[in-house]
Amino acid sequence: MKAVLIAALLCISAAVAAWDKPVSGYAYLPEQMQRMQDDEFANPGMETVEAGGTLFRTRGYNGKSCASCHGEDGGKLEPKSIARYPVYSAAHRGPLTLQQRISQCREQRLDEFPLAYDDPQLIALEAYVRHLARGEKVNVDVSGPLRPWYESGKALYHRRIGQLDMSCQHCHDRYVDLKLRDQVLNQGHSNGFPAYRLLSGAISSLHGKFRDCFATLRAMPYAVGSDEFIALEVYLNARGNGLAIEAPGIRR
Amino acid sequence: MVQALAMKYSASTLLLYCGLSAPLAAQEPVLPWHAENFAIAQPLGGLRGDAARGREIVAARARGNCIACHQMPIPEHPMHGTLAPPLSDVGARLSAGELRLRVVDQKVVNPETIMPAFYCDPARYNRPHPDFSGTILSAQEVEDVVAYLVTLK
Ligand code: HEC
Ligand code: HEC
Repeated sequence: MKAVLIAALLCISAAVAAWDKPVSGYAYLPEQMQRMQDDEFANPGMETVEAGGTLFRTRGYNGKSCASCHGEDGGKLEPKSIARYPVYSAAHRGPLTLQQRISQCREQRLDEFPLAYDDPQLIALEAYVRHLARGEKVNVDVSGPLRPWYESGKALYHRRIGQLDMSCQHCHDRYVDLKLRDQVLNQGHSNGFPAYRLLSGAISSLHGKFRDCFATLRAMPYAVGSDEFIALEVYLNARGNGLAIEAPGIRR
Repeated sequence: MVQALAMKYSASTLLLYCGLSAPLAAQEPVLPWHAENFAIAQPLGGLRGDAARGREIVAARARGNCIACHQMPIPEHPMHGTLAPPLSDVGARLSAGELRLRVVDQKVVNPETIMPAFYCDPARYNRPHPDFSGTILSAQEVEDVVAYLVTLK
């Protein structure tokens, strides 16, 4: 009986998220890593941003470059509209992520060959474009046609997966601020991505990070660019509405 | 509602969930177990646990990794999680049978728990990675862990 009572109490507390205002993973970094992220000369993710800048100005098959339309330094791109991704695309009848938007421009406006989702060139271009919008507040509209994608991303976020049989919400909603081994659990937001990971010494896309969290749970990950991960991106970005874009973030 | 769920788990369905699954290829068959009053009175397969081995298993990342969430008196591993109750005196609070059920499948006690079930029917997993399609611990390892937890007083 006692155990049932305890279980009941735990269930009630589980229904309430541990946070009501989104806080960036940045706030959970040791000061040294925060300084590394803030200082563009020290931030190793800036190498990827610069590589993206070079690609941005490189002419494609038809002689045009991204810069031909968007300005030499991307100055004609509007940070506010970058912060709205993923957006609804009538042609796709679904979400268009920022990376898909970039890929679409390459193919349609530069006459280039298509690249696979999370191709290093696309991650670099995405990092460059998101860096242009650094500080802009994430603002994804899921009140309209993206709603079903938001809902299915949310369902995936709450589904137990893998041998460890936990869901994203266990770590990033319920036990936020508590420690898993030596790691303080953060809210699991997407605003820092693409982010440079110190442990791997490489840039990680958002979908790459999803694959890592699936691996932690000993679950079979979905493919990068899959409908499931795109739905998760819609949900996570909207869940973090109001957070400043930080790309390239520094994370462990 | 919660009580109903707990009852549903702890009564007849348990054997179905955790005993009768077809053994996975090249994997130990999952031994049947039966929970009553939130405890599994009998050792799995009648095996005898070893507390010293249990102490290693609870700390090992690839085995129990219990200290990822719980604090335990294992000072040579400095980094213990804080998201779950400390277990330093759990042997004084719970009986061996109660401890066994918590390690085997804490979801019988609390269906909402984050704690993994270390010895349940793998058919319950959703999208397990093929490298991790069996129980997390073997029956012997569960008994080793229980033997260790009993000493925590
Ligand atoms: C067992 C706990 C656990 C679960 C469950 C989990 N994560 Fe994480 N996640 C972590 C930890 C720990 C970090 C912090 C890693 C770091 O500092 O880079 C993290 C970081 C993240 C981040 C980066 C946030 C940031 O700003 O650093 C994202 C995004 C994320 N997780 C998404 C997910 C998704 C999506 C799922 C479900 C598929 C999930 N997580 C499940 C433990 C977990
Ligand atoms: C991912 C986190 C996590 C892991 C890993 C974990 N536990 Fe737990 N455990 C919990 C939580 C949280 C509770 C609190 C009760 C609940 O959630 O139902 C708990 C409860 C318990 C209890 C009951 C404690 C009490 O005071 O009633 C015991 C015993 C226990 N765990 C033992 C273990 C052992 C042994 C291992 C490893 C083999 C382990 N746990 C691994 C999260 C975890």
